[in-house]
Amino acid sequence: MVVMNKIVIENLNLQYADGTESLRHINIDIRENAITVLFGPAGGGKSTLLRCLNRLNDLTEVKTVSGRILIDGKDILDPQTDTIVLRRKVGMVFARPVVLPMSIYQNLSYGLELAGEKRSSVLYEAAERSLKLAALWDEVKDRLDDPAIALSGGQQQRLCLARSLAQQPEIILLDEPTSGLDPISTGKVEAALQELKRNYTIILVPHSIQQAARTADYAAFFLQGELVEYGEGSELFTKPKEKRTEDYVTGRFG
Amino acid sequence: MNRHLSQRLGFSLLTMVAVFTVVPIIGVIVYIFIQGSPAISWEFLTVAPRAGMREGGILPAIIGTFYLTIGTAIFSVPLGIAAAVYLSEYSADTRWTRLIRLAIINLAGIPSVVYGLFGLGLFVLFLNFGTSILSASLTLSIMTLPVIISTAEEALRAVPQAFRTVSISLGATRWQTIRRIVLPQALPGILTGVILGLERAAGETAPILFTGAAFFLPRLPGSVFDATMALPYHLFVISTQVPEMPIRIQYGTALVLLVFVLGMNLIATVIRSRARARRQW
Repeated sequence: MVVMNKIVIENLNLQYADGTESLRHINIDIRENAITVLFGPAGGGKSTLLRCLNRLNDLTEVKTVSGRILIDGKDILDPQTDTIVLRRKVGMVFARPVVLPMSIYQNLSYGLELAGEKRSSVLYEAAERSLKLAALWDEVKDRLDDPAIALSGGQQQRLCLARSLAQQPEIILLDEPTSGLDPISTGKVEAALQELKRNYTIILVPHSIQQAARTADYAAFFLQGELVEYGEGSELFTKPKEKRTEDYVTGRFG
Repeated sequence: MNRHLSQRLGFSLLTMVAVFTVVPIIGVIVYIFIQGSPAISWEFLTVAPRAGMREGGILPAIIGTFYLTIGTAIFSVPLGIAAAVYLSEYSADTRWTRLIRLAIINLAGIPSVVYGLFGLGLFVLFLNFGTSILSASLTLSIMTLPVIISTAEEALRAVPQAFRTVSISLGATRWQTIRRIVLPQALPGILTGVILGLERAAGETAPILFTGAAFFLPRLPGSVFDATMALPYHLFVISTQVPEMPIRIQYGTALVLLVFVLGMNLIATVIRSRARARRQW
């Protein structure tokens, strides 16, 4: 199998208007159909990088962005980029599950309806398919019209995952998706991700180093806006090349 | 003095203050009800005044206030909500928007008689709408706008930011996010503000004094370019301008106006509490 780079980031620099978190000279190639984990201490720029990939940083006050982010060879930082198309292609799951104030079903159909899909059969199939992918179908199939807020935290987070899957994205960004979940729910989400990587490119900011080690096909260690080390997960967590990575992985700081 | 005692003393004092503030309000309502209810009859509510307004009913004034409230709503609600959406959802925090906000706050503080004079100058004379329902509604709208804008903006801002972020991340445009998520969630709060604003407009005398209120009209207004009788102005007229006016009719009129306004207030309260119970955040 040929390993394909889905995303190529070239010399990405970013600075927020208030000067807080930033990215410096990031170069990274992200493989298709694999889980790439971005890890490191808080404030290292992991979330910032995720939010660059679907241009969600457009909502924040960013002072400067430079460099290129190529997804399938197209620079998405180009001002000409249609961010709406981009965001359908690059789904995102946030740290805190945020279900929209509507029914479970409406949460799933929301994105597709906005994109102009009106056929209820298509919407229903998308809902069923994505709920199954997110390992939530069995738990909610009889109550799709219930308010989404009635679900437990773990179920809500899997609904959020399903919601982004419903749009058939190619890339899924997950920003500490299990930080508020119990171990059982966390296990379900992680298992779902392992299934999903066959068809999707997954970029995960884990909420712990253990999760990083468990899930990573590839791992990137970020420290204060810098990419310290990037490589296959099995290598990086067992014999890191950089001293700083080793210190963090073995728990000497962070 | 030990701490428990001072705690109890302070608590009693605050309770007393709270009671004192509601006593006058309840007093006014009860007094008007007692004095006004004997005047209320089917005839009082359904016929025009007779015999120099000393007999008959107040139907034209009730209808007039109804028309003016509707007219005010037609202009002020869409404008006010649109302005609030702009301020809350689209505008950045610039000098320009700060100036707009400052203007809105100050508009809310302008005495209502000044609005009346402004309406006379702009709508009645300059735009030549005459003394009419149209002029009065427009004047009342300008007076009501600040209330509607600021409460609507507050309601919009109360909708969690995370909903917007999620919606945008799902490929929604800003407008789709506003229409499908933010506005529906803010609607109860907006409606409350709208009703409170309109309630104030319904009870105002000064802004309609020069712009649309008639001293006495035997007929109901037939178009928006007609002047109209209105409850607050009618009350002013029969209380000060008509000699030997039966006091019963004055209080009856006040009662009808009070019920009109309190009724709107009640609707606003019901909407608000229902929405709170249903809210999912």
